[in-house]
Amino acid sequence: MLAAVLSLGGIGLVAATALGIAAKKFAVEVDPRELEILDVLPGANCGACGYPGCSGFAKGVAEGKAAPNLCTPGGIETLEGIARILGIEAAAVEPKVAVVACQGDNAKARVKYKYLGLTDCNAAQKIADGPKNCPAGCLGLGSCEMACPFGAIEMTSENLAVINRDKCTGCEKCVAVCPRQVIKMTPRKSTTHVLCNSTDKGAKIRSYCDIGCIGCHICKKTVPEAYAVETFLAKVDYEHDEEAALAIEKCPTKCIRDFSSGYPEGSSFAPPRNDAA
Amino acid sequence: MDVKTFAGGLHPPDSKEYAKDKVIERCPLPDELVIPAAQHIGAPAEICVAAGDLVKKGQVIATAKGFVSVPIHASTSGEVIAVEPRLHPMGKLLPAVVIKPDGEDQWDESLQQQDPDQLDADALKKLIGQAGIVGMGGATFPAHVKLSPPEGKKIDTLILNGVECEPYLTADHRMMLEESERIIDGIKIVRKVLGLETAIIGIEINKPDAIEKLAKECAPHNIKVQPLKVQYPQGAEKQLIDACTGRQVPTGGLPMDCGVVVQNVGTCAAISDAIRLGRPLVERVATVTGPGIRNPKNLLIAVGTPLKHMLDQCDGLDGKPAKIIMGGPMMGQTQLSLDVPAIRGTSGLLIFREQDLPRKNAGPCIRCGRCISVCPIHLQPTTIAAYARLDRVDEAESYNALDCIECGCCTYICPATLPLVQSIRHIKGGIMAKRRKI
Repeated sequence: MLAAVLSLGGIGLVAATALGIAAKKFAVEVDPRELEILDVLPGANCGACGYPGCSGFAKGVAEGKAAPNLCTPGGIETLEGIARILGIEAAAVEPKVAVVACQGDNAKARVKYKYLGLTDCNAAQKIADGPKNCPAGCLGLGSCEMACPFGAIEMTSENLAVINRDKCTGCEKCVAVCPRQVIKMTPRKSTTHVLCNSTDKGAKIRSYCDIGCIGCHICKKTVPEAYAVETFLAKVDYEHDEEAALAIEKCPTKCIRDFSSGYPEGSSFAPPRNDAA
Repeated sequence: MDVKTFAGGLHPPDSKEYAKDKVIERCPLPDELVIPAAQHIGAPAEICVAAGDLVKKGQVIATAKGFVSVPIHASTSGEVIAVEPRLHPMGKLLPAVVIKPDGEDQWDESLQQQDPDQLDADALKKLIGQAGIVGMGGATFPAHVKLSPPEGKKIDTLILNGVECEPYLTADHRMMLEESERIIDGIKIVRKVLGLETAIIGIEINKPDAIEKLAKECAPHNIKVQPLKVQYPQGAEKQLIDACTGRQVPTGGLPMDCGVVVQNVGTCAAISDAIRLGRPLVERVATVTGPGIRNPKNLLIAVGTPLKHMLDQCDGLDGKPAKIIMGGPMMGQTQLSLDVPAIRGTSGLLIFREQDLPRKNAGPCIRCGRCISVCPIHLQPTTIAAYARLDRVDEAESYNALDCIECGCCTYICPATLPLVQSIRHIKGGIMAKRRKI
């Protein structure tokens, strides 16, 4: 009994000493600021900064290799936190939010064939450039929904992707997977957008979609400073976001939407919070 | 009779009765022919005519671009009325030459008749390339490339593909019954190019009349007819080689890696015409069939004939079409419109109505393993498809997704109606994209 206690105790003592020495001798130097920065990051590991996860970004910032304002999901709070830790001035980064520039769901846009394959927009796009007649509209098979790390995207019952402005952090993962580049990054404060991505002429758009931009210039005539029309597609000048909302009533196809008054038809999202603007 | 086959595959109802007894009919010329520049595997040809030009039948209207490419020829004499993007069987708008036939159907006088016995292998190969001959089973791989194995690869076997394993199609069957002389002549030319003495024709035993006829006529020419079990995809190159010779094409390899060249019987007939008559590939036999057609037929069509015109020759549609397929039902391509032209690889036109298409919604995989037992390449379709759904390219690659021949057996047999081959096809694109990036 005594021998067992002594021998086990002895082994334990020797091992503890060895481990203690090893821990001192082989200690990995960690910049304490790196751990502090990691604490203020959102921890989503979304990769929007271009570094492998939040810890990779924290290391990059601590070493001075990464710009401190690359974390879009963290927004201004994270940036201020990092600035405090590093003792630098916070250069604000414009918070962005993703917007699906299309409202042509199954009820409003017509298809050229019935797609029965894999539920993946990229797979559908390969077959005769996608089932929709529109060359640029949302295919509605949910590749962006799958890619979103924040659960900010939902597919409506009529298969249109809608992005929740409160949940979107601007990480751009959805932009990368969309085969039709229909998801646009826009300033978070701007709530009025032209929700169409097709550069076809008006008559052609009318042949396949009830809610596309036909390039009629009425919005530009109503509020000249807030709109520009190029290749039959209107765009909002986000410098004049508030004035842009004045043209919504005039738009003949109703393709301009102010998100502060609600999401496209069929979405279950409640209108965005006012403080998000 | 010694009937051979390969491991795997399945036997869907072959439905050949619609058109197998219909003698090949020449389809009259349509009001306009739409001849796309991309009709083969490899670089699309470059259009060398302009609107307003007068062309003769067999005249080059688009030149080959590179070695793995062939020229395109006018399918009749007439006026070029437009060179513009038109709807291609691929479902996209691609450059095409639109010809308005003048009704004369006059061959270009500069085309020369040659005696294959007087020419050497290189000259024959060159003529085959110039005539635009491509694999006519549907894959449209340029024939002269197949006949030019690189240095060091020794070819010791020539296999002729008369299998026609796709259900419904009967074009090759009719060719073998009606055009056996041209086929045998073509085989002898191909054999000469490759420097071989023998050849094997593989035919499924659901065509006993073709086996009997060719066996009798081939005997004096040292060509063997090999009867094969009715099993899809017996006519796929690698499966046909396995069945006829017992050899396996190595993964990622080509038939020439195991000393074999495979040509379709229709291609051989076209090669015979190209040399003896100097006529390039401007027409082919296509089966217009399916339950949605009043009077199914085997038609000899000019390349560029719109599908709608082919239907009109078969007394039109029986009911409302729900699916239009160019090629066979297993590997053919669904079409958006009947305005699409038939091209060099169009072996058939199939029309199905809504009631002919049993559809269920896909359910979860029940891990029954049927897709694995039918896969002729011995892959694990359900595993690869699961990785494809998650976009996990590396894992799919490690399960040899690139070896998939896209025959569709897995999707056909799946009791949960999962889109297996579609998923594998999708991830194959992902693997190729990744390889291009590296």
